[in-house]
Amino acid sequence: MVRSPKSPVLSINGLIKDVGPLSNLDGKMLRVVSGVSLIAERGEVTALLGANGAGKTTTLECAQGLQKRSGGSISLLGQDPAAAGSGLRARVGVMLQDGGLPPSARPLPLLRHIAGLYADPWPLEDLVGRLGIDTFSRTSVRRLSGGQKQRLALAAALIGRPEVLFLDEPSAGLDPQSRQLVFDLIAELRDGGMGIILTTHLMDDAQRLADYVYIIDGGRNVAEGTVQELLQRSPVADPGAEHVRTLVFEAPAGLDVAAVLPAGVDVSEARAGSYTVTGTLTPRHLAALAQWWEAKGIMPASMSLQARSLEDVFLDISGKDIR
Amino acid sequence: MSAAAPQEHQQPAPLLRRVLLQGKYEALTMLRNGEQLILAVVLPLLALVGLTVTPFLDGMGSSRVNVAVPGILALCAMSTAFTGQGIATGFDRRYGVLRFLSTTPLGRGGLIAGKVLSVLAVLCLQVVVVGLVALALGWQPTAAGWLPGLGLLALGAAAFTSLGLLVAGTVRPEATLAITNLLWILLGAMGGIVIPAERLPAAAQAVIHFLPSGALGESMRAAFLGGAVNGGAALILLLWTVIAGAAAIRWFKWN
Repeated sequence: MVRSPKSPVLSINGLIKDVGPLSNLDGKMLRVVSGVSLIAERGEVTALLGANGAGKTTTLECAQGLQKRSGGSISLLGQDPAAAGSGLRARVGVMLQDGGLPPSARPLPLLRHIAGLYADPWPLEDLVGRLGIDTFSRTSVRRLSGGQKQRLALAAALIGRPEVLFLDEPSAGLDPQSRQLVFDLIAELRDGGMGIILTTHLMDDAQRLADYVYIIDGGRNVAEGTVQELLQRSPVADPGAEHVRTLVFEAPAGLDVAAVLPAGVDVSEARAGSYTVTGTLTPRHLAALAQWWEAKGIMPASMSLQARSLEDVFLDISGKDIR
Repeated sequence: MSAAAPQEHQQPAPLLRRVLLQGKYEALTMLRNGEQLILAVVLPLLALVGLTVTPFLDGMGSSRVNVAVPGILALCAMSTAFTGQGIATGFDRRYGVLRFLSTTPLGRGGLIAGKVLSVLAVLCLQVVVVGLVALALGWQPTAAGWLPGLGLLALGAAAFTSLGLLVAGTVRPEATLAITNLLWILLGAMGGIVIPAERLPAAAQAVIHFLPSGALGESMRAAFLGGAVNGGAALILLLWTVIAGAAAIRWFKWN
């Protein structure tokens, strides 16, 4: 799956980032990004999906010009971010993972100050109203909730009405209402033509927002595609499978479930008595299970059938080990 | 036009405007901070009053207050440029403020320029406040001292700003807090800044001449007491500025 660019705002080719011996614990050079490539289009949300430490933030920071890359090339709006001047920075909005907001600042004066750095900023009252910042515009940053801080950081990234918007873990700390508000605004901005690049380790975010997803693991691209394309990837040897489902049920421990089912599905007993069957399930699979249960006199304590989520795809690709 | 649509080819505000805005924002932040105000205004004024009612400086000039004021102005520069600025920058670094602002049209260069400007703005206010209190205490500055005095004060502020940024950019903010406060006390008391080197132990005098505090204190007194420029001390300040500035550029960590 290689993407043919239409009107890219960002293209990264073979990005490499080494961290020097002074910056990590074991005192050796460490390669944190080893060959990430991606393209982000205008008018689309591009998601970088990966576990903590996969290299998402480093990739983003190289693209923002905050870190120097060790190899590869980056083109942001046709320019190299490492050599960027204020002209390029005026066209790019950045929301950092840790916010970057001074604790003693008050939201409204802070946003007014940042707005002053642009020739034609987003009208302050409109932006503040849209993100619901008007309700806490005079409370110091240190007293804001996590969700309020996130909304303020998003406003600070948007005040210059950028053509490209970087969001590092935008839904961290958001309550459900804030999340809906932020997601609706992101969709509106995308439809207005903004190129949005976000990182997340929440599959649900990517599934709801992203037009195109890059899965990053161990500093490399491991998969990419639209959400639909990724969901259709089968975990078993049947690459054409379009209707992968997951069946989870609870029954007595130690049953040989795989022996009963037609071949081609993946069975695991994640913990004693909890079975997960994944693959292109058909009514034949369900009938075989039901007949077996009837013959053996087994009544499952619970069962659920689900379409595969991006989370399943992600776990298939990057493995289930905790890192 | 929908505000939610991106502005094609957004332009940055002009450079001068960006730097002036940042300078104003940082100066107001500094003046709103209670601890910073104590360090920048209250403690120097207490030292000024203390030196005019005690005999430490007797015999060094025409009056106690005339000898004290140049050193107090030098102390003000150290408060604002080194300790105040260093602590603020250290915590801004911790909270990612420096990284965020360096992604805006302000950039790293504009951020540093804004900080220097805010130091100069606060220093001007300190000169006015200390000057007025000193006049009330009977200060009679040499007219010929103002030009070299204020020039050297600005040079001293540059040296201490470079040193403050060097500390803030290389160690944790808690360590910056400890180091800059401790050095403020040590250099303030023993560094030749308010109490001339001649009144300090002989063993320390040789070192004090080469410290930024000693060089600034001496050159300020030479200017305001005799209208003279102490070229040697000015050169030492210039060297500190260049060396600490180069070290800060080399080793400053933005995150």
